[in-house]
Amino acid sequence: MSTRLVTFTLDGRLYGVDVNAVQEVLRGQPQTRIPLAPDSVSGLINLRGQVLSAIELRAQLGLSDREDEHEPMLVVVRVGGEPIALLVDSIGAVIDVEDEQFEQPPDTLAGPSRDLLIGAYKLDDRLLLALDVDRAVAA
Amino acid sequence: MDEIDEIVQEFLVESHENLDQLDRDLVALEREPDSRDLLGSIFRTIHTIKGTSGFLAFGKLESVTHVGENLLARLRDGKMSMSPQTTDVLLAMVDTVRDLLSVIERSGGEGDLDVSGVVALITDVLEGRAPEPAPAAPAAEPVAETAPVAEPAPVVEHVDAAVEHEDTTTRRTVADSSIRVDVELLDTLMRLVGELVLTRNQIVRQAGEAEDVEMIRSSQRLNLIATELQEGVMKTRMQPIDNLWSKFPRVVRDLGASCGKQVTLNQVGKETELDRSLLEAVKDPLTHLVRNAVDHGLESPEARRAAGKAGEGTVTLRAYHQGGQVVVEVSDDGAGIDADKIAAKAVERGIRTQAQVAQMSPADVLQLIFVPGFSTAAAVTNVSGRGVGMDVVRTNIEGIGGTIEVESVVGRGTTCRLRIPLTLAIVPALTVECAGDRYAIPQVSLLELVSLDADRASSAIEDLNGALVYRLRGALLPLVHLSDVLGVESDRSDGHVLIAVLQADGKRFGLVIDRVLSTEEIVVKPLGSQLKALGTYSGATILGDGRVALILDVQALARRVLNTDGVDQSEGDDFDASSVLTEQMRMLVAGIGGERRVAIPLSSVTRLENLTESVVERIGNREVIQYRGGILPVVRLNNYLGSYSERESDELVVVVYSVGDRSAAIVVEEIVDIIDEETEFHSDVADHGVLGSTLVRDRIVEVLDVRAAILSADPTFYTASDLLDAELQETM
Repeated sequence: MSTRLVTFTLDGRLYGVDVNAVQEVLRGQPQTRIPLAPDSVSGLINLRGQVLSAIELRAQLGLSDREDEHEPMLVVVRVGGEPIALLVDSIGAVIDVEDEQFEQPPDTLAGPSRDLLIGAYKLDDRLLLALDVDRAVAA
Repeated sequence: MDEIDEIVQEFLVESHENLDQLDRDLVALEREPDSRDLLGSIFRTIHTIKGTSGFLAFGKLESVTHVGENLLARLRDGKMSMSPQTTDVLLAMVDTVRDLLSVIERSGGEGDLDVSGVVALITDVLEGRAPEPAPAAPAAEPVAETAPVAEPAPVVEHVDAAVEHEDTTTRRTVADSSIRVDVELLDTLMRLVGELVLTRNQIVRQAGEAEDVEMIRSSQRLNLIATELQEGVMKTRMQPIDNLWSKFPRVVRDLGASCGKQVTLNQVGKETELDRSLLEAVKDPLTHLVRNAVDHGLESPEARRAAGKAGEGTVTLRAYHQGGQVVVEVSDDGAGIDADKIAAKAVERGIRTQAQVAQMSPADVLQLIFVPGFSTAAAVTNVSGRGVGMDVVRTNIEGIGGTIEVESVVGRGTTCRLRIPLTLAIVPALTVECAGDRYAIPQVSLLELVSLDADRASSAIEDLNGALVYRLRGALLPLVHLSDVLGVESDRSDGHVLIAVLQADGKRFGLVIDRVLSTEEIVVKPLGSQLKALGTYSGATILGDGRVALILDVQALARRVLNTDGVDQSEGDDFDASSVLTEQMRMLVAGIGGERRVAIPLSSVTRLENLTESVVERIGNREVIQYRGGILPVVRLNNYLGSYSERESDELVVVVYSVGDRSAAIVVEEIVDIIDEETEFHSDVADHGVLGSTLVRDRIVEVLDVRAAILSADPTFYTASDLLDAELQETM
């Protein structure tokens, strides 16, 4: 069985989410910061009149902060009917992957990403890390 | 005859719909004669019509539906079974009901329509079958077969003719002049209008900048139309408060009877309209207030006569519009509330200290009845005083952006006044700036704005042992800097001070902001689930330039900064031991050995971990662990609080507690529970390291002074810059 994933990069790594969960992909939008909010919620954006929380995936995955000059891209996903924006470094292609390519995360994987990654698809030249969207947006 | 009562009209619309359904049900019933569901549904429909017609004094309608109901009841209960005859008479009954309804619609009365034939028919079927179900069937048959076709038919013709004669095209029938609309559709419309209002705001702003005359003219027209449309759509969702009040006469009567009191209920302003979602939201609080007024407000007839009043008490409901809000009052002419008694009670319950109540005005003292844990009922009665108190009423009202206050004159009575917004979706708000970000403050909480230039600010703002106050017309107004509350850096450095005087929980305080921008109607957008828990913002909105602004939750803000008796209470060791923290918070309950349990505010708990004893390392004489790339100080609660742990395993149960970007590891023996309730703890049993105690499911749980506990392990944990953060976290 094959799965279609929307791919994006974070800190040089390739990640993917199920295409069915993705509503749209946007270039960086002005964000309103939210004092007192957890680090993972970087701000609020206006998506055609709807107010969306923007989740900083780098913070969620325990990666280093994005450099300021690098404008993030937004992947808008729907979780439980609620649209939420994921901040990523850049958007990649939509890729079809086969179940045979999939492997569980290694036991040595530790830290916050352990909970957030379903596993990895072994592409020819690199690994595509499959993200658990529901967990990724949970604060 | 044009003046058909509104109630009758509603009745007609509803009944017409019901009858159409009834026709379908009856036909379907013929195919599955044993369907209890269908019979039940038909029975209910007829029962409803019967009930209402009796209430509206339509005697004929009532008599027809009454026998019909009897027949249906037997069918439903299985005492009779369906046959073609019963279907016939039932259909005949429905036809007669329909005829009667159209006569009522035309003339407002039942006219001279003869219903005795149908009543006789149904009675025949009823009686003919009742004594001996099976053998009696043939006997009833001739009656049933001839009658339904013969009798009602002329009646129908007669009425139809009459309708055609009198019904001119100028008058729409009741059923046609109103339609039922799905509430969801209305909600969608409301949302779209919200979008339109936003877009309008943007265009009006851009047009103002563009200085293009044509553009300005069009934008003004757009402005006008959008406003009218907004009002129109809002109106579709409006319902008279009478929809809610109509059940109160019964409530009051029953309650009065059970309390042995005679009560008259007056209703003023029944036609006052408000948004249906709000109507739903005020239903329970209002019912509670009405029950309270009867149960606690009014005295017994004897006591009333002794006080020189009429034996019969009066409860008055009053509703009116005022300044874009709906005001609903529940008043009684009872004994009133004695402020001194309230004050005494508040002290007794530990809600306020003697010194605090001594300084409060009687009016302020009365508002204490809304504080959680306060109940004025001397005895728990059957009707009220079962724990769901006035605090719940207040929470509910504030939840919809409303306010509540109580006024009382001893011996004369009590008035509870609710102020609720007209609608939830669009609210007038003040937009302000703080540290470069914009925030919206709902107007409902805003009393006034005070602007002080640098010279005046330096003298007018006084320091009350660390708490900033401003003398507003002679009274001290506590000041809170929004930038401090939010933990951001204010960018106002010229000494100019802007104060938004806000009211919440019946208390006033001044919120110091950087700049005031404008007042505008904002559309409230809900926040995602990650942010609701913060309890600082009630929502977000989109401003004229398309940027998102957060809406400050003034009630939550007030609770956070006021109930803890000043923001900087935990700064020093001179902690006011008699003060009480009253917060809606979730607590983690943990066992620390020796049957002792402590509660830790969950808001700052980031993780629970099971680690092994071997991860604990030492720096000097302190224990630390490595955790996610950081070094956390370790607090062993059993050592710290001096409890004896009988546990001998090398497993550590660790509560990771974070403030800002720093964390500490609190070691407990076991995690017991997470409680989520309005907790109120008294500090007067404070021991070393404990803020107070509370009851959780009948067990005493000590509330941990987390700050002190962590400081014992790491004195530098709260650095100066983190101080405010820390306090906020703790009081959250």
